[in-house]
Amino acid sequence: MLKYLLRRLLLTVPVLIAITFIVFGLTELAPGDVADYFISPELQMSPEALAALRARFGLDQPVLVRYVNWVGNILQGDLGYRFTDGQPVGDVIARRLSASLTLIGVAMLIGVVVGVPLGVFIGLRQYSFWDFSLTGFSFLGISMPAFVTGIIALFIFSIQLRWFPSGGIRPVDRVPTLLDSLHHLMLPSLVLSLNYIATYMRYTRFSILEVIHSDYVRTARAKGLGERWVTWRHTVPNAILPVVTVVGLSIPNLVVGAVFTETIFSWPGMGTLYLEAVSGRDIPLLMGMNLVIALVVLLGNILTDLTYAVVDPRIRYD
Amino acid sequence: MTETALSTQSTTGIVELKTVKSESVTQRTIRRFFRHRLAVIALAVLSVIVVSAILASVIERYPYDLVDLRSRAAPPSAEHWLGTDRVGRDIWSRTIHGARVSLVVGIGATLISTLIGTLVGAVSGYYGRWVDMTLMRVTDIVMTFPSIVIMLTLAALLPRNVFSILLIIGGLSWPSVARLIRAQFLSYKEQEFVLAARALGIPDRRIIFVHILPNAFAPLVALITFSVGTAILTEAGLSFLGLGVPPPAPSWGNMLEAARNLDILKNVPWMWIPPAFMTILTVLCVNFIGDGLRDAVDPRLVL
Repeated sequence: MLKYLLRRLLLTVPVLIAITFIVFGLTELAPGDVADYFISPELQMSPEALAALRARFGLDQPVLVRYVNWVGNILQGDLGYRFTDGQPVGDVIARRLSASLTLIGVAMLIGVVVGVPLGVFIGLRQYSFWDFSLTGFSFLGISMPAFVTGIIALFIFSIQLRWFPSGGIRPVDRVPTLLDSLHHLMLPSLVLSLNYIATYMRYTRFSILEVIHSDYVRTARAKGLGERWVTWRHTVPNAILPVVTVVGLSIPNLVVGAVFTETIFSWPGMGTLYLEAVSGRDIPLLMGMNLVIALVVLLGNILTDLTYAVVDPRIRYD
Repeated sequence: MTETALSTQSTTGIVELKTVKSESVTQRTIRRFFRHRLAVIALAVLSVIVVSAILASVIERYPYDLVDLRSRAAPPSAEHWLGTDRVGRDIWSRTIHGARVSLVVGIGATLISTLIGTLVGAVSGYYGRWVDMTLMRVTDIVMTFPSIVIMLTLAALLPRNVFSILLIIGGLSWPSVARLIRAQFLSYKEQEFVLAARALGIPDRRIIFVHILPNAFAPLVALITFSVGTAILTEAGLSFLGLGVPPPAPSWGNMLEAARNLDILKNVPWMWIPPAFMTILTVLCVNFIGDGLRDAVDPRLVL
């Protein structure tokens, strides 16, 4: 197991290098650089002044030199500075990342805690009243994008009923208490969780149905095992396994999986930051964010594999 | 599937033997599809939406971009069935014209992703070995990296029009098709009819496209349908963020964008309710049809 973990971690090194290549290369391909960003064409800046500006940002160096510099800086924890306001990219990302992780983490948690048990429940009662109504709900949950549910929720619960604030992460007029923060977190995380609940529920139901008709469950029944034992010792544990993968696959969503929800609820997270970076052509910020996102994707994959190794005794790593 | 031969006694007393009627896979699928009540209702509703999208220029009451400053943000009335927006444009006209964008993007992007996915999956599954390794790693990368990130970046870089949106969505949503087609090819390529074709010296290209592909398509039908729904949602999402279809052309997404303004959200609900409703309705219909199709093509399922 330890050996597997080590090999797995070693394997990520070439992938990481490839990621830095891609992130850097993509930015290289994008038209325009800092000089184009800062200088409006009407200013009619002299070519010399433009060149000086490019030199100041190191843009006159050859591509390879710039790449090595960039990677060197990253290794020292320096992700560069934003074009727009000169703030250190690392700090901005750290601040926004924690906001996003809170929002999306809570939503995914609700998704797992509510969706998986409901999926088990209706999977064991195929074609019952509950199965039909909850399957119908999950259909709706999957067909309704966050930007529609978000708008509707905001309209009903914030504007009409005034139960929740209409956006933001904390009250603007006072120091936030824990209760304030929860109050702000509630509506956006519930909106976001709808999709996760629906997805996990559907998947769990499907998985239960697959397992229920498998040979080993029939064998367990044939042996004369009690229904409860068959369900909780044979069916459910095996059915949960593929669900672990699905939940693991949504780990990358933890970072930028809430662009719409964050936009609607003015949540200062990574999704809205990415939008700012894209629309402002803030290249250092974009590079830093892409790097962080790629890292989380990688981490998510490793975590999924490890969890799988822990929960599925059939998998051997030698 | 063949139905049993029926022998019936005709009025003349002579026994007629009716020929064995065989039903093609397509016919059977259609027959089974029509057993799925929700899917049939969804198909009917979607047909209405499609027809109104096609006839949008005929059933519109005002041109969708006609600005009427005398009736700004007017509530629904006999004149403007669904009211008007802040510059007095008719919401009904904009909604039905928006359906055009949604459907074109939904279908167009799906065509692109099906094409790429089929090619990648077929080549990967048929040739195997290092070709398969390489293509599948690429597929994994596209699949695991959050596509919204790449979409936002591309949408900001490419010129803003419907065609770009089509390319972006189609170009990023092919991995699931590729995986499915690959799995199909893996199981078909060892079967006798393929081995026979190979023994006859038929070129690979012909084996892939003429011998295997038609067999591999059935399970794909549902997936393709679902991806139309996803593409519609993605377009609406990008337009909602202001990175999709540029105004003044209406799309449900950029109509919904108005609701980001709290004042409009609160006081002019007729501006965002129609596009919100239509987006959900259309995608629900598409998903129900996909569900019906999946059940219909699944031979294990008794309907």
